[in-house]
Amino acid sequence: MPPDHVPGQPHDHTRDGHTHGHHDGLPDDATWAFGSPGTRPLRIGIGGPVGSGKTALVASLCRLLAQQVSTVVVTNDIFTTEDAEALRRMAVLPDDRIAPVETGACPHTAIRDDISANLDAVEQLEALHAPVALTLLESGGDNLTAIFSRALVDRQIFVIDVAGGDKVPRKGGPGVTTADLLVINKTDLAPLVRADLGVMDRDAKARRGTLPIEFTSLVAPDGARAVADWVLAQLAQWQAG
Amino acid sequence: MTTATLLLLADSRFPTGAHAHSAGVEASHGRGDVRTVADLATFIDGRLLTTAPTDAAFAAAACAQPHQWGELDHELAIRTPSPRLRTVSRSLGRQLLRGAERAWPATPGATLRGLHPEGPMQPIALGAVAAAAGLTPHDAALCTLHHLVGAVTTAAVRLAGFDPFEVHALAARLGPRLDALAATAAAQAHDAPALLPATTSLLADILAEHHTTWEVRLFAS
Repeated sequence: MPPDHVPGQPHDHTRDGHTHGHHDGLPDDATWAFGSPGTRPLRIGIGGPVGSGKTALVASLCRLLAQQVSTVVVTNDIFTTEDAEALRRMAVLPDDRIAPVETGACPHTAIRDDISANLDAVEQLEALHAPVALTLLESGGDNLTAIFSRALVDRQIFVIDVAGGDKVPRKGGPGVTTADLLVINKTDLAPLVRADLGVMDRDAKARRGTLPIEFTSLVAPDGARAVADWVLAQLAQWQAG
Repeated sequence: MTTATLLLLADSRFPTGAHAHSAGVEASHGRGDVRTVADLATFIDGRLLTTAPTDAAFAAAACAQPHQWGELDHELAIRTPSPRLRTVSRSLGRQLLRGAERAWPATPGATLRGLHPEGPMQPIALGAVAAAAGLTPHDAALCTLHHLVGAVTTAAVRLAGFDPFEVHALAARLGPRLDALAATAAAQAHDAPALLPATTSLLADILAEHHTTWEVRLFAS
């Protein structure tokens, strides 16, 4: 038994990634699972369909931010640990700052209905590399109904791509409609697939009201700059409490 | 009152992280041992003769003997030769506590997490949570058996595309057998930890080690 774990006594619960005194199993405040602004790393979920560019976005964000912001990444893979391995190969972060979670055929379950394994991984990484400022959590590729639990992330980015068809914003779904930031990626492919970016912009605005939208081409140098700036603004807001 | 609690704890939708695991079905399916629903019945039969009575007895004992949690955890770990399966069991034990502490605040999560740096073996956590929820050792054992059959059948439907009605008819036929196994486990709930069943499946342990090396797999175990 670790020395800080004395049964029945209040203790510093850092192994679970949050610090609070409590008696056995009895949360002493309402922020038990959710944390509150400024008290722990900002957790940002990145979701969206297969192939839309989630891993590329995570890699770009790490390249742009990791020098100035202590960052860790949890990836969710449907079949393999491929996304975590890809990030490690790209060497955007030290290997031990990236952890994969296996989601058992159901990527949306692991980020929405049963977030146990993801919270476990997030808290372990945050504790291992404390102090962490930013935790990026990449969902497995899924469909338009996927959305992160608010108990798992504080902000979420939904990534769709132009090559998936310019009708996608109109089809809506909770990711397109309610994500804190909608990223429409692969704008460089628009002419090749005859996608109308104007239509996508109009439909996305109709679905999202005033929520922000960024058009990106992540293959371009600095292609994720606007998203990185959004992340930094969210981080500043979070840390200010 | 406790019947509804038992149904909640038994429900596969209760968030425990278990949805990502196949209880060994993927490994057996991958080597061609689970091609039909009849094969699946044989797979479950194997588990009900080997790992299931052990897990059920330890869950029942953890429910009945909170002062023996450390010893029970140790005894169950040494009945689990595969390092991968011990890691999986401890991660699922840890994850069960997360949901249980919220649902049943009497759950002594810190004590249970303190049993081992990676968390308690899952059946120990389940038995302890059952006690905190006001359930009996028999309930804890039945829950363990129900979770096993649920994990196996769900994974088989997803991996092999079996007829879900046929698979659940199989699960229904197993009901009386699960009840009998739970009764046996409950009768052992107050036995000394070292004297609890030690029936295990070497094939399951070996296949779990193989499975973790697969490059492409749907389930974590």
